Amino acid sequence: MPDTAVPNVFTRAQIGWVPFVEPLSEAELTPHHIAALIDAARAKSEYFRLLARDPDALEHRTRTDKDIFYNPEAGAPRADRELAAAAVSRFNGCIYCCSVHARFAATYAKREADVDRLLADGVGADLGERWNAIVAASVALTAIPMTFGPEHVTRLRATGMDDLAISDIIQAAAFFNWANRLMLSLGEASADRPPNGASR
Amino acid sequence: MDVIDTLAGIVPGSRMDAVRDGRKVARTHAQKSYEVLLTPAEPGDFTVAARFAIAAYVAGLHHGGVTADHYADGLATHGGAALAQAVAEAVAQTAAEGPRGAYPPGPLSAEDTPAPAFALSASVTQALGPKLVAGFDYAHYLVFHPRDAAAARFAPLTAAGWTEDTIVSLSQLASFLAFQIRVVAGLSVLAATP
Repeated sequence: MPDTAVPNVFTRAQIGWVPFVEPLSEAELTPHHIAALIDAARAKSEYFRLLARDPDALEHRTRTDKDIFYNPEAGAPRADRELAAAAVSRFNGCIYCCSVHARFAATYAKREADVDRLLADGVGADLGERWNAIVAASVALTAIPMTFGPEHVTRLRATGMDDLAISDIIQAAAFFNWANRLMLSLGEASADRPPNGASR
Repeated sequence: MDVIDTLAGIVPGSRMDAVRDGRKVARTHAQKSYEVLLTPAEPGDFTVAARFAIAAYVAGLHHGGVTADHYADGLATHGGAALAQAVAEAVAQTAAEGPRGAYPPGPLSAEDTPAPAFALSASVTQALGPKLVAGFDYAHYLVFHPRDAAAARFAPLTAAGWTEDTIVSLSQLASFLAFQIRVVAGLSVLAATP
């Protein structure tokens, strides 16, 4: 089953994903499964049809995800939330997740060179103080044992972030510790399959 | 107050209550995720006791503080004191640091770090039983070195009685815990750093 085109570098390019565990077929999806997909178009994605094997877990995970990343009301700009997702993915080693969120971070921030530096050099790359603070906080929350402390909050605050913005960084980093583990464990990145439409 | 509020010490009307309310949908569905993964209406052949055992193990491996205590207490309630004791011993026997693991061979191989070992004593293995032992082995890798993913990791689960559906639920549970533990830890620090 594993194919010969597993990407072995971090990239902003579109790559695909191949499941290790058999997804449900589109024909097997019941109304319960379809409701859990939230977006009907996700029925085309092998990743989401695999997660649909536990439809309630999928539904509540998706709704949590969308509010953390897409809610535009105040808090951290989308680019900062995507940077946290990309940094966690880089640190955990999820090449697929990192590709998606590196693209989003680069697009929303218009900072392709900084994002590429994160991909190439890792979470120690110098991205300027605000992004360095976001990456450091994301890494401190991701490491086991966790090392996130008051100094990370103080540093984020010094870049102009309020409580909700800092909470957005915490939740975005925490969420990618969920997403990376599903994407890494249930299948693998593939350069010779089309993108599967899954972003997390 | 939901479980994240309780564990992070967030009380109604507080500054942090307002922060959580700023992402009301995430607040609601993080709680729903907890409910459907730990105490689903139809747990099927992934029992509530087994779910709390996995959760207590994952939270323990994270040095999860109050969150680890919460799941250890839940396990004692749903699975009994003997199982809770075996899980506590499993945590102590397999503690490690993360994230680690190996990349697909290539330029990133320079960043590879060795995977921590998973080995349980005979008495803990006996107390957990083969299905939970396979689940713990899988959870240990998911917690500490998920980049060592491979299709071959599913054979021991299948051999121990995990189905495709319950493998997805197991993966979701362990991965959700990785989220919830960090939200609690992060918001606790934010709460204490006004």
